[in-house]
Amino acid sequence: MEFFERFAVPHPSPLIYASMVAIGLTVIAIMAGITYFKKWGYLWREWLTTVDHKKIGIMYIISALLMLFRGGADAVMMRLQTAVPENSFLDAQHYNEVFTTHGIVMIIFMAMAFIIGLMNFAVPLQIGARDVAFPRLNAISFWLYFAGAMLFNISFVIGGSPDAGWTNYYPLASNDFSTSVGVNYYNWALQISGIGTLMTGINFIVTILKMRAPGMKLMKMPMFTWSALITNIIIVFAFPVLTIALLMGTFDRQFATHFFTTGDGGMDMMWANLFWVWGHPEVYILILPAFGIYSEVISTFSRRNLYGYKSMVASMVIISLLSFFVWVHHFFTMGQDALTNSIFSVTTMAIAIPTGIKIFNWLLTMWKGKIEFTVPMLYSVAFIPLFTIGGVTGVMLGMASADYQYHNTMFLVAHFHNVIIPGVVFAMLAGLTYWWPKMFGFKLNERIGKWGFWNLTIGFCLAFFPMYITGLDGQARRMYTYSEATGFGPLNMLSFLGAGIMAIGFIFIVYNVYYSFRYAPRNVGDDPWNARSLEWATHNPVPEYNFAITPQVNSSQAFWDSKKHGHQLFNKDDLKEIHMPNNSGLPIIMAGLFFVFGFSFVFYIWPGVILSGIGILACMAYRSFEKDDGYHISIKEIKETEDKFGGAK
Amino acid sequence: MKLKLTLLSLVFTIFTVLIGCEPLLVLDPKGPQAATTANVIWISIATMAFIVIAVFVLLVFVLFKYRASKQSKDYEPPHIEGNKYVEGIIVGIPVLIIIFLSIVSVKSTYEVESVPEGYENQDPIVIYASSSNWKWHFSYPEQDIETVNYVFIPTNQPIEFRLYSHGPITSFWIPQLAGQKYAMADMITTINLAAETPGEYMGRNANFSGEGFAENTFNVTALSNDEFDTWVDEIHDTAEPLTEDEFNELLEPGHLGQMTYTGTHLDFSPAPEGEHGGHDHGPELETDSSSDHGNSEHNNHE
Repeated sequence: MEFFERFAVPHPSPLIYASMVAIGLTVIAIMAGITYFKKWGYLWREWLTTVDHKKIGIMYIISALLMLFRGGADAVMMRLQTAVPENSFLDAQHYNEVFTTHGIVMIIFMAMAFIIGLMNFAVPLQIGARDVAFPRLNAISFWLYFAGAMLFNISFVIGGSPDAGWTNYYPLASNDFSTSVGVNYYNWALQISGIGTLMTGINFIVTILKMRAPGMKLMKMPMFTWSALITNIIIVFAFPVLTIALLMGTFDRQFATHFFTTGDGGMDMMWANLFWVWGHPEVYILILPAFGIYSEVISTFSRRNLYGYKSMVASMVIISLLSFFVWVHHFFTMGQDALTNSIFSVTTMAIAIPTGIKIFNWLLTMWKGKIEFTVPMLYSVAFIPLFTIGGVTGVMLGMASADYQYHNTMFLVAHFHNVIIPGVVFAMLAGLTYWWPKMFGFKLNERIGKWGFWNLTIGFCLAFFPMYITGLDGQARRMYTYSEATGFGPLNMLSFLGAGIMAIGFIFIVYNVYYSFRYAPRNVGDDPWNARSLEWATHNPVPEYNFAITPQVNSSQAFWDSKKHGHQLFNKDDLKEIHMPNNSGLPIIMAGLFFVFGFSFVFYIWPGVILSGIGILACMAYRSFEKDDGYHISIKEIKETEDKFGGAK
Repeated sequence: MKLKLTLLSLVFTIFTVLIGCEPLLVLDPKGPQAATTANVIWISIATMAFIVIAVFVLLVFVLFKYRASKQSKDYEPPHIEGNKYVEGIIVGIPVLIIIFLSIVSVKSTYEVESVPEGYENQDPIVIYASSSNWKWHFSYPEQDIETVNYVFIPTNQPIEFRLYSHGPITSFWIPQLAGQKYAMADMITTINLAAETPGEYMGRNANFSGEGFAENTFNVTALSNDEFDTWVDEIHDTAEPLTEDEFNELLEPGHLGQMTYTGTHLDFSPAPEGEHGGHDHGPELETDSSSDHGNSEHNNHE
């Protein structure tokens, strides 16, 4: 019995027990459903073992939407708790756990997964490749992310959630002050999914550098691919810092080392530094692909080429460099001298310049265009003013002296939601709606999509603009309650209403998937948006080999040129046998072992750690000696498939 | 579009009404340091409003003029690569704005980090403010008194708060007097401020520090020099001395009301500065889970 006591939740509540039951029932229902419809074989062959970048992308996006639901539920709970003064819906400990998991789930398991999902789907298509450079590594990346996400999400029903904030500052996160296993979960869940992300970074850099279609020079890549390249370079430089910092944290908590303790030579400030040396570039890992998507969408629906292509690329490169030189602005108040703060204040504000260039370039792309307000375009158009507000409040926060007053307040919370929601989340929804026909062969319903858009946008403004005011009025972030005398009540109620409206918007978006799946017309053609880049040159949905013939590229909008200027994308004589990678069950098995490894480590179950560790090494050894040359699709098969899709391209 | 404009005007109305009601704490300074930051905030809001309005106007103009429904069916938008003059302007203006704001930022950062202007010649009153879960301990070494969860300061005198923590990182913040600064276990950080209007001000820990964080507040009372001296004398007449045992009890996690003592805990549990600074002699919170190593070191202090 003693063995099982460690799995008990340290601060149980009816809410948690209800979630336990709900999770249990859902899992049983899904298992039963799959068994009843005899879909296990299909699931295993077509999805769980796939190495196809398109399917992996779709699995990333499904997981991201699930995590959006989880993180969103956390958000609504927080807003509900603070909607009125002295509320007792959540107690302090639960509130602390909820905002901690909200942050991690939204950043690491929702936003990261969403952008990597869209990159997976779109980048190989945009560069005319058959898959990513290392397809099986790509599958491992996804399954490690998934294992990490699941490990993190079971924390609140087994053993307790992390409760030291998503920034997890020591010494608060040490055993002295955070006594449950929550922070162990934090360390291992992030570690496992972080390794997956790092491999994604390497994979995509190689893919983009080595596998572009003939003629596609670097400066002829579509803007989303450019943003993906730069993002992945940032990933490769930033994520190792997180890996090491998490490892040091694990050692501190589980092996009594003193990296981040306040005595015995430890240094609590080192965690803050390491965390943000990773954490700030992480912000740009999220926003740059979003910029890429907006560039594609705005150009497509303005019926114009992207204005200032070169300056768009240059500004992203500058942003990526600067992103490594601003981390101190996350703790201007940690007591370093005025000179240090001044330097980081200037580098921080400097980022506004390349970002501003991008905003104006988008405006100039729409100038003289022919703007159609489709759902992806609506998100992009709302993004520009809302992100500008988020950006300028970022500059305000970058002024060190004033930051002493904004730091740790709701003003900061308002700012980063103001850049992440209209910046990243809107971009993901725009990208999803935009590429949806490419993924599934039909469009999402525009009308329901617009309902979703307006609810999200109006809800967003109501939820977050009031926080700028309460922040300036002295409301610190992460307070589970406040007294009536503070006067924060009405504005927090407004925030709660906004959060509610955003939740309704999310319901519209999910309903739209269901509705369109059932009723949307299937004959949308291969190019439903009249788009410009290569991914629209192949069939809808995309055959497994992407392009029957490798396309010839002459500019950043080769497909547009082929439609309007008679550029020849496909040379029929080039039809050759296609070499494709084999599916493999190894990635999901390895990720399962990683899950066991992480779980055992969280609870100090050493036999589990050792056995799963050996299992992981055995998988790697097996892979090293495995002979797998992939398979070939013959010309005859290609022709048959192409005919089925409505004629060779 | 109309809906959006209505919405925006609604939001702005709410903003102005709320600001009109009562000045926001941060923008209602009662001392020179907070006045500096309030000025910086107003300057930045004005500058940023200019940018936001410019982007809004351009966006609305472009969306209105170039929407597809307004154009003929056969209009083909032109191919435009870019223009070096236009791009020069969209780089140049932001550069100028950022240079301007950088100067404001650097200058004001140096200002709020030093003794407030006009007070350089006076000797500051030193107050140690140390946090423990979830309280604030104020030690006045010169006056030889200590308070918990409230602090009295004289007006028109420079005050030097020396901050540190007996536990997690906290952030010492009195919005109407100065911006915040972290209090940490292994070193001292300093806030220089002055209050110019007598009155009561809200102070709190702004950095999340665990379960009792929300209530981790303290009251600041600024009063004239004479009243301050009377208050100190009164404490010496009425309050009990602070003993080490009692102080260790105060450090136990939890919330306490306001308390007053003569003497300070600095005598038996020095602040992490000078020979006690660095990472070897920081005062430690005694917890059951602290290692043997830590306990033995703690005993050395006795």
